Amino acid sequence: MTLQHFLAMGGYAAYVWPAYAVFLCVLLADFLAPILRRRRLLRELQARLTRQAARQRQPQPSSDPP
Amino acid sequence: MSKWIPLWLHKLGSPPIFYRFAGVLRPWLLTLALLLGAVALYGGLVLAPADYQQGDAYRIIFIHVPCASMSLVVYGVMAFASFLALIWRIKLAEVVAMQSAPIGAAFTFITLVTGSLWGKPMWGTWWTWDARLTSELVLLFLYLGVIGLYHAFEDRRQGARAAAFLALIGIVNVPIVHFSVNWWNTLHQGATLRLLGPSKIAPAMLWPLLTMMAATQLYFLASLCGRVRSDLLDLESGKDWVRKLASGSRGP
Repeated sequence: MTLQHFLAMGGYAAYVWPAYAVFLCVLLADFLAPILRRRRLLRELQARLTRQAARQRQPQPSSDPP
Repeated sequence: MSKWIPLWLHKLGSPPIFYRFAGVLRPWLLTLALLLGAVALYGGLVLAPADYQQGDAYRIIFIHVPCASMSLVVYGVMAFASFLALIWRIKLAEVVAMQSAPIGAAFTFITLVTGSLWGKPMWGTWWTWDARLTSELVLLFLYLGVIGLYHAFEDRRQGARAAAFLALIGIVNVPIVHFSVNWWNTLHQGATLRLLGPSKIAPAMLWPLLTMMAATQLYFLASLCGRVRSDLLDLESGKDWVRKLASGSRGP
């Protein structure tokens, strides 16, 4: 079987390949979404922890001087 | 919590333990799913012969049927987790139920699109209001409804409980989708696979189909692990274990 014959899918290439493309693309998006979300959450959390640590090192000066 | 639930199961319900457990499990599930998926694609697209009636167009079956079956299986998992969440208020069950919904919606969407792409050359139409197609579309709307309701609440746990309730009611649609080809005289063909008795398909076409079904099941579990992990991080971001994790993973 040649590659061309395989790609032609017996004349149904216009239906078979888009179906497989949708399958792969949708699942790829489903796979990437939680990874990106987890990365973003961890980054935000680290930024928050760093801010908190900085605040603890430098106590706030009293608001009104004596 | 009832006494009859084994201790290990009880422990697994704790977010930090499940987070670690899912993190260990996920790469294995994913590897196995990809391997089986690749084998099934090769078997379905290259090794299996063309159908004597449908030619090569029937090859859409190797993704259409596994995704259709997953659209129902994932709904079952979501409804079961919703049940646990509503009765025992287990936080992890809420998370599992709500994180199943987008995966189920993805599988249902793929089922509808691939079915449409298969219907055009075989039936001469992209869409028809046939019982199977209509009930599958209702299934997609149920998934979207669960996702929407969950996000409509300010309080996430309250939203999860409301959406779990909807998920539980919507389970009536699952047998309707499954049996629609038997109950009504539809354009959609009858079941290809049978649990009891021989399947109506040649062995060279059957094994890629079953392999792809196993691959999509494993993929669902892997995806669920990933989604539940990210959601637990978000939900428990004020807790000590998440802080430790965030400060420990500092770096690139």
